[in-house]
Amino acid sequence: MSDEPLVEQPDRRRFLSRAWKILGVAAAAEFLGVVAAYLWPRKGAGEAGGSIVEAGPVGEFTPASVTPFPQGRFYLVRLTDGGFLALSSKCSHLGCTVPWNEKDKTFPCPCHASVFDMRGNVLSPPAPRALDLFPITIESGVVKVNTGRRIQRERFEDSQVAYL
Amino acid sequence: MGRTKRSGEKGRTEGHAASGALAAEVHSPAHSATPTAPRPATPGTPERKPSGFSMLLLHLHPRAVPAEALAFPRTFGLGGIAVVLFLLLAVTGSLLLFGYEPSPERAYASVREITDQAPFGAFVRNVHHWAANGFLLVAFLHLLRVFYTGAHHPPRRANWIVGLALLLLVVASNFTGYLLPWDQLAYWAVTIATGMLEYVPLLGGTLLRAARGGAEVGSKTLALFFVMHVAILPILLFALTAFHFWLVRKGGGVILPRAKGEDSPRRTLVPTSPNLVAREGPVALLTLASVLIIAAVIEAPLLAQANPGMSPNPAKAPWYFMGFQELLLHLHPAFAVLVVPLLAAALLLVLPYLRYAETPSGAYFHSRTGARSALAAAAAALVLTPSYVLADETIRRTPPWVPALPQVLRNGLIPVLIACAIIAALYLAARRLLRASRLEAVQAVFTFAMVAFVVLTVTGSLFRGQGMALAWPWMMAAAH
Repeated sequence: MSDEPLVEQPDRRRFLSRAWKILGVAAAAEFLGVVAAYLWPRKGAGEAGGSIVEAGPVGEFTPASVTPFPQGRFYLVRLTDGGFLALSSKCSHLGCTVPWNEKDKTFPCPCHASVFDMRGNVLSPPAPRALDLFPITIESGVVKVNTGRRIQRERFEDSQVAYL
Repeated sequence: MGRTKRSGEKGRTEGHAASGALAAEVHSPAHSATPTAPRPATPGTPERKPSGFSMLLLHLHPRAVPAEALAFPRTFGLGGIAVVLFLLLAVTGSLLLFGYEPSPERAYASVREITDQAPFGAFVRNVHHWAANGFLLVAFLHLLRVFYTGAHHPPRRANWIVGLALLLLVVASNFTGYLLPWDQLAYWAVTIATGMLEYVPLLGGTLLRAARGGAEVGSKTLALFFVMHVAILPILLFALTAFHFWLVRKGGGVILPRAKGEDSPRRTLVPTSPNLVAREGPVALLTLASVLIIAAVIEAPLLAQANPGMSPNPAKAPWYFMGFQELLLHLHPAFAVLVVPLLAAALLLVLPYLRYAETPSGAYFHSRTGARSALAAAAAALVLTPSYVLADETIRRTPPWVPALPQVLRNGLIPVLIACAIIAALYLAARRLLRASRLEAVQAVFTFAMVAFVVLTVTGSLFRGQGMALAWPWMMAAAH
């Protein structure tokens, strides 16, 4: 007996012990899967949900003006040439709400000192890209903004402006 | 019972544990040091059987501890202080739970009701607030104490890792609690801090939604933070703390300085009770008294109710994240939010796995050379970090002579590589000029990183005013 090498585990025992381990791992994975699926953020959960905001008749907005819409969380910008832009008031850096500074004609972010111009372009980092846009439609002289669809952009381009 | 009879210490090193740091430990194998003498009873009184409760408390400790471990500067009692603060937080937190309602509509009003109407309500909230901030501070100081005495090396390596996990839990507890009052401070601090997640490559959007329970900070976020703060994180903290204590004893208790060439010194052991207990008690009571006095004098902040349409100016993350927010002012977000924190975490995790020719001496800073190198590194960080902040401020505002490079290079890769080069230079300088050993040079690098982080945190918290422009703290106070 004593000169025999260490007896290998009988196959059946090894098989059962492995089967237990595999089953255990599978069960743990299932539990994790259930928990992850339950907790996974769902699209649309906990969101206010955007909608079409009627900003008002075109004539109400003078060229080179910026009008805040705190409820829709955007600014309606009318450029000097009469074109419209709906700029999200959410800083593209970390999501602070940017105020409009009438004196400097800029949007200075209070959180990390990014500065945007009237078109939403970055004047001063750390913001990585221009302010987001919301699409504008002008129907029978009334400006409407769709706050449900956020458009990310690198910088201002002429094609983004809505004209009457 | 275990105090008189159970002398069979099984030949294992029996440390003591308890508050992680209040306690001391036996460095030597127990066979040379097992306390066999029964505890000296007060003359004339027969030994009394302790109550079940005090037996439970005493059970956290070994029966005897090395006399040297009792000296206050060995640990500064930081682990014990952390435990006291944790208990205080559990008690005040439970009290606050009776009044708090976790919904965006009611959260702010219910906190107002607690502070304005409930008897001692403001006091209870103040205690919770200051104990929470103190908890974080003490945990950080505890980490420094452990590092500078070299207690993160084997046999205490596992406990360093557990300690890091505990620190993470403490930060998470603080941060989740930050949102609950639902005031302007809370709302925007959490908006900023969770917004940082969006810069994580590939997973950013998902992480952001997971952290907020949706796209914006709202009712789902509050529900998530609430359950984390009052259930999941405290349970994890409790469980890991128990593990932490146990590992203190397994590791042989508090690290003690060794004389030269001494491997496992013989220690003079003294009974834990009354020697250690008589020191822990006053520290605990002083901690309690300090928090209560601070809470009676300084109100916890509560601004106006959260208003998603208006960020306050300046809007700041919680103070313990201000180092990162300060970095965000200077660096490309992917670097400030991902690369630099990952490098820092890697440094903390790798430290106990570095191997040196020598074993840590257990004395603060290992040796005189170690202390000198650490001091030099701290001085370098104290000069270089503010210089960088000031220099970057000018470069950012008036950039004509700065070559037009992509942001990722200009504010990302280049400054990070320069920082790495400085750290490498520091390491070499410590080795060559100060003749530091590798252990001492690594300690200097750690010191540099820590001091730089603290400087950034202080800059962001105290020296940033309107529009996050640099300003003197007293000017800001005057402006308000």
